[in-house]
Amino acid sequence: MPSSLPQISWGAMLPMLLVAGAGILILILDPLTPPARRDRLAALALVGIVAAAVALWVRRGRPEVVFGGMLAADAFALFFNLLFLLVAGLTLLISLPYVRRVGMDHGGYYALLLFSTLGMMIMASSLDLMTIFLGLETLSISLYILAGFLREQLKSNESALKYLLLGAFASGFLLYGIALVYGATGSINLKRVAEAIASGKVANPLLLTIGMGLLIIGFGFKVAAVPFHMWTPDVYEGAPTSVTAFMIAGTKAAAFAAFLRILMTALPVLQPDWSRVLWVLAVLTMTVGNVVAIAQSNIKRMLAYSSIAHAGYILVALVAANKLGSGSILFYLTAYTFMNLGAFAVVVALARQDGERVIIDDYAGLGLKYPFLGAAMALFMFSLAGIPPTGGFMGKFYIFSAAIQANYIGLAIVGVLNSVISVFYYLRITVVMYMGQGEAESRPAGLSPALGLAVLIAILGTLQLGLFPSRFLEVALRSVGALLL
Amino acid sequence: MSVPLSAYLILSAYLFAMGVVGVATRRNALIIFMSIELMLNAVNLSFLAFARFLNSMDGQIFVFFVMVVAAAEVAVGLAIIIAIYRNKETVDVAELNLLKW
Repeated sequence: MPSSLPQISWGAMLPMLLVAGAGILILILDPLTPPARRDRLAALALVGIVAAAVALWVRRGRPEVVFGGMLAADAFALFFNLLFLLVAGLTLLISLPYVRRVGMDHGGYYALLLFSTLGMMIMASSLDLMTIFLGLETLSISLYILAGFLREQLKSNESALKYLLLGAFASGFLLYGIALVYGATGSINLKRVAEAIASGKVANPLLLTIGMGLLIIGFGFKVAAVPFHMWTPDVYEGAPTSVTAFMIAGTKAAAFAAFLRILMTALPVLQPDWSRVLWVLAVLTMTVGNVVAIAQSNIKRMLAYSSIAHAGYILVALVAANKLGSGSILFYLTAYTFMNLGAFAVVVALARQDGERVIIDDYAGLGLKYPFLGAAMALFMFSLAGIPPTGGFMGKFYIFSAAIQANYIGLAIVGVLNSVISVFYYLRITVVMYMGQGEAESRPAGLSPALGLAVLIAILGTLQLGLFPSRFLEVALRSVGALLL
Repeated sequence: MSVPLSAYLILSAYLFAMGVVGVATRRNALIIFMSIELMLNAVNLSFLAFARFLNSMDGQIFVFFVMVVAAAEVAVGLAIIIAIYRNKETVDVAELNLLKW
């Protein structure tokens, strides 16, 4: 068999190279930068992110498959890569005041943030189970360190260890699933896997079924679907707040991007099988996430359970497995990014001098004291609960329409009932903020320009998606067009 | 006479199950970590067996990457375990209970 070197397309790789290059440059410059000037490293990270976004944008509309079919620079990858860069950029803006306060403003922090963004980008661009695995591990290993970045704090240590052990455990399942799919179909390329299944060349259907099941378990862990969610609240509560914000928005989007690509491109023929499994996962995930969130008194933990519930809504769209369903996942993840990062920006901004307000009751009376932050938080909570005119409402609307279109009426009803439950705990924060009696503490609001910008972007994004959704949905639908064979 | 593919797969599944049981039942973070490594290596065995019987190189290459990733994970994992040991002088996961429902 003649072998040839794969064609390397630097243009398609450029966005990833820029992100990785900025990260490496930060590591090199870190020891040369005086501690008081570390915000220059953050600025460099931001420059890398913006440059990567520009490099992506310039190549839009020219889909290309590079590295011998392992990596795609198509509309789907473009959409998700821009979303990841948005997540990373907003996280950086949130991080700026936060990392200095808690004393973790090392160059390593920014570099790891960029490396895990790189992992996400690889995941969403992969056309091959091996690159998906590599992207996932690049993302995860960077995040294990970030979760434990507050080395002296036992909570952060514990969060990192739990994340590491359960993340690696989940990777084991995912890997075993990949191995069995490879054994059954003879390929790790998503398109060739699909061809092998469609042409009935699968030697042993049992291997394929078990492999698919293990893949679903592995991704179930990564997107935090019930019953594979146990790690989520612990990890999200213990990690530094800016890292929690990054994980809650970024990893979920990356895991769903890869999951969607595998299901739609490699396993479309088995859709009736995986839809049945995901149906159960979706119902469990929505219900457990929402019901347990009600009982939480810590805001980070509550948002962690809420993120589980949101994974459930997105699973509903996966079950529907139609074009609107896939498009609504992209739409929902974008809205989800804005509202969650916005909420975390407000949490960081409202921190006390001596630490964060993590208990919900600590927020009593703050809505009137800080009108802008209070109104912003109320908007993000409305959006998370799915109340119009916000992006969260339109996202849910599209997801449930997709479920009804695919004749999963029962699932849509469970989803709507769950949204009603969720209104209770989201609105509780707003009620506490405006109606509660706060302690008499007078301190100027800690709203640095960077944080203010992050909150503003999140507000504009949430409202834009809520008030003018159709144009963005069109973009999302066009992006998933790349998936369907 | 050659060893059939199913023998490799059964051995691999057995090793993988042992790893899963180890993760589920052990309390020492290091042993849990070793169990996870066992799971990854069980998968490597499957990859190699499939690669041999399918006459394809993909599986073999995949194993290299899994080993690289496992090494990176060990480097990070041991660092995290040491950080915990410094603060708490134990690596028993049952005693790590700050974060709870």
